[in-house]
Amino acid sequence: MSPPAADLRRHFPIFALRPRPFHYLDSAATGQICAAAFAALERFETTARANVKRGVYRLADEATQAFELARARIAAYLGAPRAEEVVITSGTTAALNIAAHGLAGRLREGDEILLTAAEHHSNIVPWQLAAGRVGARLRAIPVGPDGRLDLDRLDELVGPRTRVVAATHVSNVTGAVTDLGRIAEAARTVGATVVVDGAQRVPHGPVDVQALGCDFYAFSGHKLFAATGAGALWIRRELAEDLPPFQGGGEMIRRVTLEGSTFAPPPHRFEAGTPPIGPAIAMGAAAAWLATLDWQRLAEQEAALTARLLAGLAAIPGVRILGPSGTQARCGLVSFTLDDVHPHDVCQMLDRHGVCLRGGHHCAQPLHAALGAEASVRASLALYNDAADIDALLGGLEDCIRRLA
Amino acid sequence: MSEELYDRQIVAAAREAGAAQRLAAPDVTVEEDNPLCGDRIALDLALADGRVAGIGHRTRGCLLTRAAAALLARRAPGADPAALRRAIADLEALLAGDAAPPAWPELTMFVPVRAVRSRHDCVRLPFLALARALDALDRREGGAR
Repeated sequence: MSPPAADLRRHFPIFALRPRPFHYLDSAATGQICAAAFAALERFETTARANVKRGVYRLADEATQAFELARARIAAYLGAPRAEEVVITSGTTAALNIAAHGLAGRLREGDEILLTAAEHHSNIVPWQLAAGRVGARLRAIPVGPDGRLDLDRLDELVGPRTRVVAATHVSNVTGAVTDLGRIAEAARTVGATVVVDGAQRVPHGPVDVQALGCDFYAFSGHKLFAATGAGALWIRRELAEDLPPFQGGGEMIRRVTLEGSTFAPPPHRFEAGTPPIGPAIAMGAAAAWLATLDWQRLAEQEAALTARLLAGLAAIPGVRILGPSGTQARCGLVSFTLDDVHPHDVCQMLDRHGVCLRGGHHCAQPLHAALGAEASVRASLALYNDAADIDALLGGLEDCIRRLA
Repeated sequence: MSEELYDRQIVAAAREAGAAQRLAAPDVTVEEDNPLCGDRIALDLALADGRVAGIGHRTRGCLLTRAAAALLARRAPGADPAALRRAIADLEALLAGDAAPPAWPELTMFVPVRAVRSRHDCVRLPFLALARALDALDRREGGAR
């Protein structure tokens, strides 16, 4: 059984170094690094630092083994059948660009890529670029007034020209969890590939990519309580074999002549150049530690805190919550607007109370437009948050309203 | 720090921005976005005899952006392009930490923003729009020669 948040905070060095008032509610942007990840990063950089995949001396071999162990740990966290199906990237954005670039080669003019209106720009722009190269058409599953995807439109939007469906697992604005099973089922009927942005889902517990029915799954290590600079892309094995590389360079080839090159098999084909070795090892260590926790209990804790936050916000005049008002099928992430006070001003004022929030469009301008807002304030929870964090936010908001509204 | 950022002068200036009007017949109109938050200003400028005869704007933004837009709208009328460019340079110098007094003394209300780098672009937004408007006028004048 996992310990309560107060005990879990001991696994995150920052909380010892920054005592309260310090209420970190911006984990959707970057999670705090856990001790397991930090120790692994420090151990690699100070005792085992060498490049991977090439050197034959013992240090290099140890580095390679640590790197490949990280790959295996990430595969396990994702429920991937084989470690070799996990590509180490610099983050979610790079992962989604690998997917979009690779799949673009299979598209023809007039083919369709189906997105959702709830995507982060990282799962929109790469597809716009891909579509532009081949003359494909982008379509999007809309959201309803509650911020949830209108999946009743799937029958109409998924058609014979649909080749790719790209969707977020959890919205980085509303916290709504996407019913990926339904999307994958619709995609399967037309043979479309399903690409999932899992950046906001992985901090909330292990994933089972096989059960989800997707073909690609992307996430970032820094949101998984590891270092910045590394991420991962799971690619279903059958698809990876024929997928062209995104970047060329060292370590991704089989043979190079001046006339041309042949490429290494996945995952190395997608890992040109020196990978982010230390951050990847840290990511693996974080995944291994997280996998030992009791996620059912943590989910209950997060739901209770989310309910406290939603109820508190609902009681403040002028607050509008973007997205679902309840805790069903949502992660602990709540965005809201406050009448007559700009999100950045709210965040700046809340900083006085030690509350770290994110204000802006959160790289999700289409979703904000669909919800009738230009920007919002976002509070995002992680396993180390507790009721004091929520109460500090709510108290700080009242102070902010007194001063600025 | 946040306390200073939201002192009375800035809050009062920001309120002025709400009453701003657009120009019916501007010489130039530009729109400028803050990509961080999607804030936007639409700025109109009309010149007569080499000086600003009218300035209008519609600003959707935070207190800092609106305060900067209001200051611009108050000080620009009657100024020539050189004075406007100096104000833009003064703001940049102020944000960079230059202690020299700006030509528009009210710009000093943004001194507390200096310490908060992530908010510099909030103050800059109206001035970036102004710079683009002046550039557009320059190009037009150059084309006419």
